[in-house]
Amino acid sequence: MEAQRTAYHKIWEAHHVAGDPRQRMLMYVDLHLVHEVTSPQAFSGLRAAGRRVRRPDLTLAVMDHLVPTWERTRETPDPVGREQLRQLSENCAAAGIPLLDLYHRRQGIVHVVGPELGLTQPGMTVVCGDSHTSTHGAFGALAFGIGTTEVEQVLASQCLWQAPAPTLEVRVEGQLGQGVTAKDLALGIIREIGVAGGQGSIVEYSGDTVRGLSMEGRMTVCNMTIEAGARAGLISPDQTTVAYLEGRPAVPRGHEFAVAAERWLSFASGPEAVFDRRVHIDATQLAPFVTWGTNPSMSVPVGARIPELAELPSESAREAARRALDYMGLEEGTAIEDIPLDRVFIGSCTNGRLEDLRAAAAVAAGRRVSPRVRAMVVPGSGAVKRAAEEEGLDRIFREAGFEWLEAGCSMCLGMNPDILSPGERCASTSNRNFEGRQGAGGRTHLVSPAMAAAAAVLGHFADVRQLEPADLGSAALGR
Amino acid sequence: MEAFSEVEGLVATLPRDDVDTDQIIPKQFLKRTGRDGYGEACFFDWRYDADGHERPEFELNHPAYRGAEILLAGRNFGCGSSREHAVWALSQMGFRVVVAPTFADIFRTNALQNGLLPVALDDPTCADLQQRAGRRDGYRLTVDLRAQEVRDREGRRAAFHLDPFWRECLLAGLDPLGMALREEVAISGFERARSPLLPTTRHRWE
Ligand code: SF4
Repeated sequence: MEAQRTAYHKIWEAHHVAGDPRQRMLMYVDLHLVHEVTSPQAFSGLRAAGRRVRRPDLTLAVMDHLVPTWERTRETPDPVGREQLRQLSENCAAAGIPLLDLYHRRQGIVHVVGPELGLTQPGMTVVCGDSHTSTHGAFGALAFGIGTTEVEQVLASQCLWQAPAPTLEVRVEGQLGQGVTAKDLALGIIREIGVAGGQGSIVEYSGDTVRGLSMEGRMTVCNMTIEAGARAGLISPDQTTVAYLEGRPAVPRGHEFAVAAERWLSFASGPEAVFDRRVHIDATQLAPFVTWGTNPSMSVPVGARIPELAELPSESAREAARRALDYMGLEEGTAIEDIPLDRVFIGSCTNGRLEDLRAAAAVAAGRRVSPRVRAMVVPGSGAVKRAAEEEGLDRIFREAGFEWLEAGCSMCLGMNPDILSPGERCASTSNRNFEGRQGAGGRTHLVSPAMAAAAAVLGHFADVRQLEPADLGSAALGR
Repeated sequence: MEAFSEVEGLVATLPRDDVDTDQIIPKQFLKRTGRDGYGEACFFDWRYDADGHERPEFELNHPAYRGAEILLAGRNFGCGSSREHAVWALSQMGFRVVVAPTFADIFRTNALQNGLLPVALDDPTCADLQQRAGRRDGYRLTVDLRAQEVRDREGRRAAFHLDPFWRECLLAGLDPLGMALREEVAISGFERARSPLLPTTRHRWE
């Protein structure tokens, strides 16, 4: 029955090419995003087999993972990284794949750029050799990360062999409090269901809280789906989705737009959609979260303390916490607000969009970065950077003592020169606090952009709700 | 893909949950453009100290585990980044099978694509095998894909299940891309029927 079908099932059936959709089918890929780090071996595999890229017109390549965030006139420092960038240029030129290279004004993080251009649309299948491809699910697309061998398969055939997955509805209801953001919602969900809570499943986020989020907030939530171990996360398309897409470069105009919009909305889950599992989250119970450990589920509200080991539910949880605290150089029971910081990173495909920068700037305005902290703002894309500059956000950040840099993944994974030194402690708006993620021996605490800015000015974590909102207006501080 | 049917080998244990691919292969090794030479870098920061010496406290550095072909791991093995380099690194370190209660999805697919067999066994079975291999006395297992069974010389047996698609691919050495390309007629037919309103990447992006 139509009313019972989920968005996922509709997209699944609409992309059946061959095979048995109930067991394993060949699934068509509408958009394939490519970046420098996970593609070279795929292109060489193709060449070795004498195969060509089937649909360069459904493929877009971006340089983002290892690009330096300094002026684009300066060279990429390490020769191995330069060679990787060079190979991407060559591979794209040879195959006719459009490339947003280092110097392109639309360059940026692949998951920021795709939606910005209007390339991610409801009902589509989107893949990329990157786990945070789940971001695109915010549009009601089926979007997931793949490995390099699958990148090669998609380049050659525009298809992937896929088995159907069980569905998990994460229904979020209630108003998010002042200063509690989409990032906190994402961290709250992972805290609730765990880093493997979504394993094997397609998550659909629903409920009035999710409906009330902007597209940027929805992208933040879907982005973090992979940190709960799910295959993909999505949100049924609605008028918010349609309004975001209107006027974007890859979106049809005029009458065709109306036709496309109607088609998009048809992919929304039916009113009686049946899911294999359901979880309820009460948004009113969420707070700004800070992670204290080495996976994204190890978080507490900012006003709280790091858990005592004895409070933890199992011996394996205690063992994991012991290991994490040892790595993080922290003691059980420490108040989060007592943790001092060396670095602050605002950026990434989780929180590098305009709204994120506005929220951070609202806290930074009229304040100064603590002398003990080095704070960086890395816009998610060239377009985000220009839009922020038009609003004067760059001035606010600079005057407060933040570094204002060029777009890229930057210290989200530290493949470029932006890394933590061993032992350095960072408040980061990115998505992974794994050991060494931002630099070997570096210690990462995940937070929202506003919380990161508050940590930057105070030199330690602080409850952003207790700071006086600055002139930019409390609107930007909220959601 | 090379055909896979059975492995009989030494078992090493890494009894930790949620081992992420950033630990299996750290970022600095992802700048390379080949598929080889990742074995030495596998578990780099856990395996070596700042001077490049092996850390004796890291489980896999134990002399009794040298030459192991079967890795016994914890829950949610391979979570995080989609980097296939993690699978290349494990394979090139000598592993042909990873046994764990659960695997992260992308890692699992990447492993299968490269003939590194992910074997999921329930928690109690894994705990029992951990205990046996944890004696560090040369404990060995046979992993039999045809029978979908793991067994040791002490008579311990455990059945596992692998998706029939992958079982067939591995046993026959089939290549999923080759199988996809054989569906050319279906792919072209699908493409002709796609909505013309769907976006393409051919634009002057400005
Ligand atoms: S910003 Fe971080 S998580 Fe996002 S694509 Fe880049 S490296 Fe991956």
